[in-house]
Amino acid sequence: MPSPPTLAIWKFTSCDGCQLTLLDCEDELLTLAGQVRITHFPEASSEVLPGPYDVSLVKGSITTADEQLRIHHIREQSHVLVAIGACATSGGIQALRNFTDVAQFRALVYASPEYIDTLATSTPIAAHVPVDYELRGCPIDRRQLLEVLSAFLIGRKPDLPDTSVCTECKRRGLTCVMVADGTPCLGPVTHAGCGALCPAYRRGCFGCFGPMTSPNIPALVSQLRACGLNEDAIQRAFRTFNAAAPAFIEEVQYRRTQCR
Amino acid sequence: MSLLSQRDNGEPMLPTPYRVVARQVETHDSVTLGLAPVAEQLPHFQPGQFTMLYAHGIGEIPVSISGEPSTRDGLLTQTIHAVGAVSRALHDARVGAAVGVRGPFGTSWDLESAEGHDLLIAAGGIGLAPLRPVVLGALAHRQRYGRIMVVAGARGPQEFLFRTELSAWAARDDLNVTLTADQPARGWTGRVGFVTEPLTGLQLDPWRTIAFLCGPEPMMRICANVLLRHGLPPEQIRLSLERNMQCGIGLCGHCQLGPLLICRDGPIVDYATAADLLTVREL
Amino acid sequence: MNTPAAVVIDRPGLDGLIRGLMADGYQVIGPTVRDSAIVLAELDSPDQLPAGWGVDASPGHYRLRPREDGAVFAHSAGPQSWKQFLHPARQRLWSSRPDRTYTAESGDALRYAFIGVRGCDLAAIGILDTVLAGGAHSDSAYARRRRATFVLAVNCTEPGGVCFCASTHTGPAVTAGYDLALTERLDAGEHGFLVEVGTEEGARILAQVPQRRATAGDVEEAQAEVARAAGRMGRQMPEVDLRDLLHQSRESPLWEDVASRCLSCANCTMVCPTCFCTTTEDVTDLTGEHAERWQRWASCFEIDFSYLHGGSVRPSVASRYRQWISHKLSTWHDQFGSSGCVGCGRCIAWCPAGIDITAEVARLAEDAGRGQQDVSAQPAG
Repeated sequence: MPSPPTLAIWKFTSCDGCQLTLLDCEDELLTLAGQVRITHFPEASSEVLPGPYDVSLVKGSITTADEQLRIHHIREQSHVLVAIGACATSGGIQALRNFTDVAQFRALVYASPEYIDTLATSTPIAAHVPVDYELRGCPIDRRQLLEVLSAFLIGRKPDLPDTSVCTECKRRGLTCVMVADGTPCLGPVTHAGCGALCPAYRRGCFGCFGPMTSPNIPALVSQLRACGLNEDAIQRAFRTFNAAAPAFIEEVQYRRTQCR
Repeated sequence: MSLLSQRDNGEPMLPTPYRVVARQVETHDSVTLGLAPVAEQLPHFQPGQFTMLYAHGIGEIPVSISGEPSTRDGLLTQTIHAVGAVSRALHDARVGAAVGVRGPFGTSWDLESAEGHDLLIAAGGIGLAPLRPVVLGALAHRQRYGRIMVVAGARGPQEFLFRTELSAWAARDDLNVTLTADQPARGWTGRVGFVTEPLTGLQLDPWRTIAFLCGPEPMMRICANVLLRHGLPPEQIRLSLERNMQCGIGLCGHCQLGPLLICRDGPIVDYATAADLLTVREL
Repeated sequence: MNTPAAVVIDRPGLDGLIRGLMADGYQVIGPTVRDSAIVLAELDSPDQLPAGWGVDASPGHYRLRPREDGAVFAHSAGPQSWKQFLHPARQRLWSSRPDRTYTAESGDALRYAFIGVRGCDLAAIGILDTVLAGGAHSDSAYARRRRATFVLAVNCTEPGGVCFCASTHTGPAVTAGYDLALTERLDAGEHGFLVEVGTEEGARILAQVPQRRATAGDVEEAQAEVARAAGRMGRQMPEVDLRDLLHQSRESPLWEDVASRCLSCANCTMVCPTCFCTTTEDVTDLTGEHAERWQRWASCFEIDFSYLHGGSVRPSVASRYRQWISHKLSTWHDQFGSSGCVGCGRCIAWCPAGIDITAEVARLAEDAGRGQQDVSAQPAG
């Protein structure tokens, strides 16, 4: 019998939310354990087995010189590399440092800033090595994680639509919060995958899955203004979990030049 | 409600189990599979039609039928070019493997209507697969047709499909076969250049000739223009179009090209219909 | 069947019809207020109908508005349409057995009763019938659900700000395809419904509630009310040859202009009552032994919708908007023998950017140099 494929989970700069999503797959974890050999999963076990790895799930962003080196090593050892979560796919909330001077933050936050070794920016995995698939979200969606794993196990291209959140919202039969309530919502420019979680609770989308493919952000900004957001509020709306996603950065920079 | 009172025509989205019974390697990335029904047999196909082939758990793709059209034993012959996850899985399927099949779907080359005419068959790369049944069908009733000309192109000499058969065709004196490779290669003494080039030099009787084209869209467009310059009316140029086909039966909307649902109104259409549609950007 | 004469029922009579349908085993779907809108949902009781609620709709804008008259059907289209039930957003097509044979989804044995289907939406159901069940191959699940559906239609007396069914000739009156058709009457403090019978099943259900025979006056007044509604449409589609106009406009600069405003979010296609496109999902469990195929609503605004050989046929938003509107108004005729637009206005109200199909067509018509007299023409009603 051939040995089962190996699965490794790697952590870079991030919280543990995405890894917990995997632990949250309670019903499927035992089946998964029967299908793959989990060779590295820091949240579940301290064991680290040597590569190569058939699939590496990589969470977190690159914020230190050591991480810059380590991600290349993991890429070399991995047949398929999946970046999971907003940190790994756009730099995460910690990429807010990219817009300011990290030395100031360091001095403000830490009593002994000289012990802190960090890069000036937080960058996604794809900025350093080729990535096979990306799972968006803060945190990732459990069903999408299972889709990537079951697709990998059988050799299918995973079904990860890059459309707007609106497609999921409408398929759920939800009423648009922006049209019916005037609630600001990033859904029309945000990558699908969450299943329209926030609109289902009558909240606007926060954009935690980052920009969809080719979003038309200027067109949405006009509607956000019509919903009563001022320029600062609009900038804040795009400066969250995926602040450093290029489409979101461009928008903020574009509007800043317009305002001058 | 009259539309709905029609009898049910079964479950067109449900695959029928078939099994791989033959596997012939064609090129480094294509094979021809022989598929036999496990129990129930699908309706007989017409040359030019396609099936939807399903690889377990991976997905379904449209594949044109490349076999002998007169066969009545339920055997399907399909040539697979490995380009994506599904086609790779089908390409790698071994004898005995299970596949799901739906079809046959779409329009045909309508070979019968070409009786009494000269046939010009022009294929680029994998485009030879759906045209093979035209050649086999015409050869089976050779006396019903005038001249038969086959012009086939491929990237290199090793990229031709059905190589043994092509040699046998080339040896016949009732068939005019021209092979051309895009790139020169060691040991290749045939023509070098695109498939469009030999078409220019052909002696054609434009009123007697029906052309059958299959290959990449730009190749078919250029071939059609050459044939128009030869004086062929666009109605006598038939081509096989390709779009994103998912349901195969005109219900999912993906394969639209202007007014056409390619899975239903195609894949075979005449150039009078297609010419206008192929020149609009991003239609 | 001989068409029985029209009758008049009151609001308790309407409630009785709905209870009768429930008692008969129908799953009753009708309008109800939920989440700031009048949605279509399963009703447990006729009390859930949106009595006393109206709607203000304009491009990208929809608000509920209380009414003083207790009208039940005086509201224009909400965020959903009946396709939600007949052609669900996601459904399983089949599952595999361990021996690699396939089992079709047996289908629910549901019998739907749709309450309050307006002219535009009844026309939309007719179009879906043609698309999904009128060709050589039909969507068997759709046909099954559709055959078992009871339609209680309403002649529209209250068009909204984004409605234009008069100019697409699909309303405000319902013409065919219903079991029962109501016209809501609110005059002189009396809340009643003129009821016309379309089928024997309709007659059977109607026979269960108290009613009186309609007078000629009842019928005339109801017809006059519907005729007045035709003149109160918030919008109108230019009455030009749309099929030809869109065909001629393939290279129009308008597409780039719309693309600057279009979010390509796909809301218009999702709310459209005739947009039928779907995509398939192949699903396996982690062992890979059990496989299923699902179908979900898709949209021509999705980049991957036209994916072919490593890329999209329509990467630009301009080409995707052109595809949608051209299909809806022009190539639908080639494919299915009619227009795909029924004038319900959903794509206008529920577009977050407020793009208005009637305004875009008017601009195309104007650009085509023949719009002036047509745009100012009155709807034919």
